[in-house]
Amino acid sequence: MLAVEHLTVCFGEHRAIDDVDLSVGTGEIVAVLGPSGSGKSTLLRAIAGLEPLADGRIVRDGRDLAGVAPQHRGLGLMFQDHTLFPHRDVLGNVAFGPRMHGATRPDAESRARTMLELVGLAGYEHRSVGEISGGEQQRVALARALAPAPELLMLDEPLGALDRHLRERLVEDLGRLFRELGQSVLVVTHDHDEAFGLADRVAVLHAGRVEQVDAPVELWRRPATEFVARFLGWNVIAADGSARLAVRPDALHLAPAGELSGRVQARTFRRDHWRVQVVLGPDGQTADVVVRDEEPPSLGAHVRLALDPGGTVPLS
Amino acid sequence: MNLARRPSWGRAVMLTVPLAFLGVFFVYPVLTILGRGLWPGGALDVSPLTEAVGDPGVRAIAWFTVWQALLSTLLTLVVGLPAAYALTRFRLRGASVIRALVVVPFVLPTVVVASAFLALGVGPSLGAMLLAHVFFNYAVVVRTVGGMWAHLDPRDEEAARMLGASRLRAFTSVTLPALRPAIAAAAAIVFLFTFTSFGVVLVLGGPTRSTLETEIYRQTAQLLDLRTAAALSIIQLVAVLALLVVTERLQGRRHVALRLRPARESARAPRTIGERAFIGVNLAIAVVLLGTPIAVLVARAFDTASGVGLDNFRALGTIHASSILFVPPDEAIWNSLSYAAVAAVLALTVGGLAAFAIVRTRRAGALDAALTLPLGVSAVTIGFGFLIALDEPPLDLRTEWMLVPIAQALVAIPFVVRITTPVLRSIDPRLREAAALLGASPRRVWREVDLPIVARALAVAGGFAFAIALGEFGATIFLARPDRPTLPVVIFRLLGQPGATSFGAAMAASTILLVLAAVSVLLVDRARVADVGTF
Repeated sequence: MLAVEHLTVCFGEHRAIDDVDLSVGTGEIVAVLGPSGSGKSTLLRAIAGLEPLADGRIVRDGRDLAGVAPQHRGLGLMFQDHTLFPHRDVLGNVAFGPRMHGATRPDAESRARTMLELVGLAGYEHRSVGEISGGEQQRVALARALAPAPELLMLDEPLGALDRHLRERLVEDLGRLFRELGQSVLVVTHDHDEAFGLADRVAVLHAGRVEQVDAPVELWRRPATEFVARFLGWNVIAADGSARLAVRPDALHLAPAGELSGRVQARTFRRDHWRVQVVLGPDGQTADVVVRDEEPPSLGAHVRLALDPGGTVPLS
Repeated sequence: MNLARRPSWGRAVMLTVPLAFLGVFFVYPVLTILGRGLWPGGALDVSPLTEAVGDPGVRAIAWFTVWQALLSTLLTLVVGLPAAYALTRFRLRGASVIRALVVVPFVLPTVVVASAFLALGVGPSLGAMLLAHVFFNYAVVVRTVGGMWAHLDPRDEEAARMLGASRLRAFTSVTLPALRPAIAAAAAIVFLFTFTSFGVVLVLGGPTRSTLETEIYRQTAQLLDLRTAAALSIIQLVAVLALLVVTERLQGRRHVALRLRPARESARAPRTIGERAFIGVNLAIAVVLLGTPIAVLVARAFDTASGVGLDNFRALGTIHASSILFVPPDEAIWNSLSYAAVAAVLALTVGGLAAFAIVRTRRAGALDAALTLPLGVSAVTIGFGFLIALDEPPLDLRTEWMLVPIAQALVAIPFVVRITTPVLRSIDPRLREAAALLGASPRRVWREVDLPIVARALAVAGGFAFAIALGEFGATIFLARPDRPTLPVVIFRLLGQPGATSFGAAMAASTILLVLAAVSVLLVDRARVADVGTF
């Protein structure tokens, strides 16, 4: 339904988006995952027609969108911090899209009421957008983006500003809602749980380039590059000369007869396990080891580590 | 983002209308003045200019213009800065009302202020002139500096204290640098206003004191020496342009990255006796300085030979028979109101379109600066320019009543631009993008997002423009036809007449004008939206 080919966006000399290929199928949810500054928002803005392209093209349902104004692209974009219209109430915000698409005011408002019900905000119609909570604003923004029935809905860090508890619940709600509606979605986020929880496929973005696109399970099972491995929390260690190995944190164990040795540099308690950082060898490379159900070694202690071969991936 | 760059029919109108208005009614008259001064006989002849510059009389006038403006500015800062602190950093009951009332003098007609000081019994003198300037510009300092002060984060100063700075040191090393651009901008504006002050100097300066501004008027209206007037206008223009460049520099620096806080978070209740005393003294100064002249003016208006009464107001309907006025003064009320209404609509249209164009167009700094010019270029220059430029083909508007409201609008436009531009700029550009992505065309975005958000600021600007037009004196006195005078013109003529009757009538007319201006600006202040960067 959407295909992005060789997309490049430049800010001066800087290539914020660098030769990106990406596609979203009908009814598919695709997440773009990347750290802050990787160009996620720029990618969405470029697709929306808000940033000029230096190169590449954007095709929706076989139609090249070059020269098509943002309002005619059939895309919805939910901004990071909601950007609700401060001078309109909740209903006025949600009814805006349908009105711009030629609906009469009563029709637009009835559509808006349906959308508000869908996101669980029935009864909020005449509240001011300034007086509702962050989570409610987020849902108003969602209802507003959905109201004109965009072919593709794009979400920029949809849950970024919310607290952890609310975020976990909303990830489930959103995923269910989009699948019920058959909505095609492109979501960008820096949060692994958000991307993995929502998306059918995840694209990892790094410095404006796509490093890997895969289903969440595949991505987690086989990170393709060192960046993806590290970003997902894997260890990357040098094995046998120049070859590098990505090692899942739970694939390293403390073992007296292990093949790796090192010294404990730090240890942090994380809810249900200890995370022990071990310096391997003289070149200073480190690995994180998960320690459950046993006392972690003290700082400075020399330890030996065993590698679970099922949890390692060779990196090219 | 490219929504802002796409050329459109609407943006062309936004740019063209203000530029055309400015071109015909500002640039053309000013060029005519230049022509009259520098090309008197069709060839370049700078002799009137060099004669004027070399004339010891003109030099004395120029020097007096400069030092009275400097002194006025200094006095205004001395009185205004502590008040800015007292009124914005402390949470006081009624502080918002006081802050609103402080603005009233600023929009009062100069002639009314001058007659208020005459009503106090202080005759024309240097002291009265300076005091009137302080009265007038107090609001500029309190609002410009106070507006910034109210939004400074008090935690910056607290952080400095925690790092070991004394209270004074924290103030001088943290707060003062943050305020310096606002103080400099306020000082520059006050200097500009007092440099080009007309009504106050004309009435309170007395016959022996002239500034460039009043001298231009004297040369034109009394001595009919247009060449000298043009030369003086050119000197004035050059000085004001230099000043505007400095002001613009200082204001440009105001855009430092300060973490601004909502005013209600930075104000606190007064804690010590010293703080209470400080606030008390400042409130007392404000009340005495701003309240006394107005109170005395109103009292004199109702003061008659037989006690308190309306005789002075009744005299407004009858006085013309025995004076140089061609019409009963009460007709002037109607003239003033209708001129001001037309001027406000004009100023709002041109200034509003310009504000939209400035915000929506890249590198619109030139338009911004061009529209600020009439603010600095004195009203007298505008009036004089109209007089000599628009009285012959291709534009013969001498007998058009529209000339007066057009000149008044020209004086009011900078204020409209300055009030609406910050509000337009404060609109998050992503709101427009959000609207576009929801299907709104650029014109629809303008109508659905920009216009509703800026509507309140436009209302404020309209009220301000109305009040300014109502009290406009410098240009109007050149242009108002004798049989269609405005209230300020009538007041000026009444003040020039000997006798208690005309003086009482002047007080009554001033009171009416005072009430009209105060009402329009107080209505406006209730709807005030943003107070950073405006005055």
